[in-house]
This record gives sequence, structure tokens and C-alpha cells, in this order.
Amino acid sequence: MSRWNQRKRTLALLGCAALLLCAVTVAGLLFQPLAMETDFANKQLAPGPGHWFGTDWMGRDMLARTLTGLSLSIRIGLLTAVVSALLSVLLGVTAALGRRADAVISWCIDLFLGIPHILLVMLISLAFGRGFVGVVAGVSLSHWPSLARVIRGEVLQLRQTTYVRAAERLGVPRGRIIRRHMLPHLLPQFLTGLILQFPHAILHEASVTFLGFGLSPEQPAIGVILSESMRYLTTGKWWLALFPGLSLVLVVLLFAALGEGVRRLLHPASAHQ
Amino acid sequence: MKHRLQFAGKKLLRMALLLLGVSLVAFLLMSLSPLDPLQTNMGQAALGSMSEEQIQRLEEYWGVNEPLPQRYLGWLSDALRLDFGTSLLYRQPVMEVIGQRLASSLGLMVTAWVLSGVLGVTLGLLAGATRGRLPDRLIRGYCLVISSTPAFWLALLLLMIFSVWLGWLPIGLAVPIGMEASQVTWQDLLSHAILPAVTLSITGVANIALHTREKVVDVLDSDYVLFARARGESGRAILLRHGLRNILLPAITLQFTSISEIIGGSVLVEQVFSYPGLGQAAVTAGLGSDLPLLLGITVVTAAIVFLGSLSADLLYGAVDPRIRRGVARHS
Repeated sequence: MSRWNQRKRTLALLGCAALLLCAVTVAGLLFQPLAMETDFANKQLAPGPGHWFGTDWMGRDMLARTLTGLSLSIRIGLLTAVVSALLSVLLGVTAALGRRADAVISWCIDLFLGIPHILLVMLISLAFGRGFVGVVAGVSLSHWPSLARVIRGEVLQLRQTTYVRAAERLGVPRGRIIRRHMLPHLLPQFLTGLILQFPHAILHEASVTFLGFGLSPEQPAIGVILSESMRYLTTGKWWLALFPGLSLVLVVLLFAALGEGVRRLLHPASAHQ
Repeated sequence: MKHRLQFAGKKLLRMALLLLGVSLVAFLLMSLSPLDPLQTNMGQAALGSMSEEQIQRLEEYWGVNEPLPQRYLGWLSDALRLDFGTSLLYRQPVMEVIGQRLASSLGLMVTAWVLSGVLGVTLGLLAGATRGRLPDRLIRGYCLVISSTPAFWLALLLLMIFSVWLGWLPIGLAVPIGMEASQVTWQDLLSHAILPAVTLSITGVANIALHTREKVVDVLDSDYVLFARARGESGRAILLRHGLRNILLPAITLQFTSISEIIGGSVLVEQVFSYPGLGQAAVTAGLGSDLPLLLGITVVTAAIVFLGSLSADLLYGAVDPRIRRGVARHS
């Protein structure tokens, strides 16, 4: 390890985190049938050999349920983060290029940031009729404002650079300027923004599902598992809430580490340390 | 002074427009919902056994059939007179429901707001001053873990530890069950509010501390701090005289933007502790398709958020003389 420099170590860390997340996603898919399997002879078992995370009120294995839920969370997180990042680039670039568009989009950004985030996700999810579609729409349509604002600022700065102004004077068409001179510059911002949105997306998906505006109660999502566990907390069934929540925190931490690593690699000031 | 008033006036106008936008967006989202309020609240079986006439009356009560623009304009003209309609689930004027709920939520939110602000800035200062050493690492680790933790799970965890396992604090609600309002003492109220308030504060600290730390690190790298050090000022004096003053502006911004997050967090936390506050009412209204109540809550919380950012803008001028003069020069 000591011979490795910071860059190599960050890369190795990135690889490990990505591998772990992939493993969880695949494991969740494999365990899906087991997560729904009821076994009334073994219900409400405390964690032990055989059932590491214990079992719930229908005798379902909590480890399988947790893994399936995490896998679902990761997939929804990927989908929503990609959609919202694309949306913010589109809106951010549009805002930076025209005065009228800028006024409209900046106003929308302020508007969206004014509604408390959870409420906004709830409202959008309601508009799409709750369930899977509701939660995906809610999370992806509510995360764009902050990244859009960053991208807008970046493009405004880029427009003042000499090479873009020179290209403009030379008569290069606008679309070409955007493609050749601006988008390559925005790529690092976009990538880090994208990855840093995963944790938010996953947390919001879990929260909204927990409140009852997201995935339906039959699905083993982390939010569903935790809201079910609330009914058994007072009788001392601590494992129903502890392990699923803890593993969600770990997954989110992994994503945060991933984002931080990518940022460090892409950021020119720290890329060569 | 005149410029300041003009500035505030412009901001107020923008705020009013934004509020109008918020109400329109929230209204559209809610009325676009394919969920039938009759079915969510009565159930399919009950609807099937009702007569046509009954169903029609119910549809009228929930306002299903009116055309959209007419409904929105009707709501808006009432709302301008501060009448937000009647909550369909609670059968009380929306303003009354919001008033009661806000009164019980406000204690939680203000406590969490003040605590997370003070603790966040203190921890951020400490972490920035000891950059790279143990306290910094501990604080950064704490912030990272907390910002990756869903607020409702933290609430569940605290509930399990302090209410179920140790039995020190009550499990939920704002007052003991089955007690008359006149018998409730302030100790009861306090013991019910501790856990929700603590949860909200813990989650609020992380963001503020991390941002404050970044700013402190920036300030300590600056030339004027280097010069102060060369003059022989001690570390503490530098931190208090140069550090604290220069992080004041970003700290104000953070503190006032955190209002929105605290309101959002209170929705989750109140749900876990069954605390009868505004957040819980929002969830009930959303699940029961109570359009007037949810609309009212959205508009009121957005108004609180906008007022927060307005006060931040006004405070900048009071704190920083450069901004005061800048505003005067530009306008």
C-alpha cells in the first residue's frame, strides 16, 4: 500500500465501492423470491444462525428482504439520479444562453427550492398516482434545481472565456460552440453532480416510501420494511428496524465515498496529488 | 435607508410572485393526481353500496367535477383574503388546522433551528481550526454519517433506545394518552418534545458544520490571517477576530436556508413520533387527498421559507458594511 500514490489508492477505493454496490444489487435480485417467502413456523425470530437479521411477523427472512430492498433502492437511485442530472444540464445550459429563458428558469429554480423538499416529492408523487412511477417521478423531477444552478453559473463563466468569444466572432454556430467548447468543460461537474445525487435520491426514495407515498406495501423496499417495523418496535423487536436501516446508511455512505473519489480524480487541483 | 426599503420592497414583490407560482404548481400537481379522493377515503366496497345520489353529493363535497381553472381561481380569490377553504378530512377551516398544528410544531422547529445553528457553527469552527487532526476527523466523520442517515431511521433508533429500551421518555404523541388538556403539565409537554427536537437538531448540524468548516479553512489560508499570525496574534484571537467575522455571511445564508430542511425533516420525524404537528397533517392530507389542507400547508411552509431567505438578504446589509454601500451605489 505504501508504494501506491493517492491517485491509485483513490482508484482502488472507487473500484471496491462500485464492486460492493454491484454485488448488493445482484444479490438483491437473486434473493427476491426468498424475500417474499412466508414461514409462519419461524416468525419474529431474533437474529441468530440461519436468519442473521432475524425474521418478521410473517416469518420472512429479514436479510433477504433487506438485500432486495437495497437492490431496489440502488436501481431507483440510479434511474432518478440520471434523469435529474440530465434535466439539470438541459435547463442549466438553456438558462445560461438566453436572457428570457434565464429569467424563467431561475424563477422556477427559486420556486422549487422554496417548497420543502419532502413536500415537493410527495406532491409530484401524488400527481403521478403514487407507486413506483410516482416515486421515480417525484425524486427525479425535484432534484434538478441545485445542480442546474451550478451548471448555469458555470456556463455563464464559460461564455466570458476568450476561446468561446473568439469562436463566436469567427462565426461558429451556437450548437457547435456548445458541443465542442462547453460540454467537455461541464462533464466533470456533471459526473460529480450525478454521483453526488445518488445518496440524496436513495434517501428521498426511502423517506417518501416510508411516509406511504412511494412503493406499494407488498414490495420489500427499505421504506416499507421500516414503516412496518414501527408497529413492532414497542414490543422490543429491535432487529426489524436496526439492520435494514443500518445497511441503507452503509449503501448511502458507499455512494458518497464514490462521489468524493470521482470528484477528487476529476478536479484538476487535486487530480495529480 | 431609502435604498434598503426599495430593496426589501423588490424582494417582497418577487416573494409574492413566487408564492403565487407555488400555489399554482401545487394545485396543478394535486388535481392532476389520478387518485380518486372518493375511493381513497371511502373504499371501493362502500362506494359500491351507495346510491347514485349519495355518490353525487360526495363528489360535490370533494369538488371532483368542477373545471380546473375555475377551481383554482375560486381558491385564489379566497386565499387572497386569507381564507384557505375547509379541510375535507378535519372538517375545520384550513387556517385553523394549520394554526393549531403550527403551534405544536413551532417549538420543535425553533429549538432544532437554534440548536443546529449554534452547534453547527461551533463544530465547524473547531474542525476548521484543527484541520487534519483528530477533532477535525471526528467531526467530519460524524457529519458524513449523519448526512447519509435518513432522518426517520435516526428517529426510530432514538425511539428504540430511549423509549423502549431505557424507558426514559414517552413513545409518542405530544401529551399523555387519555389526559384532559387542563391536566397536562409543561413537564409532560417537554418530555414528549425532547426526542423529536433532538432528532431534528442532530440531522441539522451536519450540513451547517461541514459548510462552516470549508469557509474556516478558506479564511485561515488567506493572506490577512498569515499577516495576523506574523504579527504574533494567537490562534484563538485569529479565529475569533478574523475567522468568525468572515464566516458570518455564509453562516447566515446557511442558517436561513436550513429552514426548508428542518420543515422537511419535521414531516418525517413527526410521523415516527406521531407528534401532532404540521408535518403529520401534511402526510395525512396527502394520503387522504385533502386538497385544500395540503395546498394550504404547502403555501404556508413556502411562505416561511421565502421569509427566511428575505431576512437573510436583509441581514447581509446589517452585518456587512460593504454590501450596504454596494446596494446604495448600484441603485
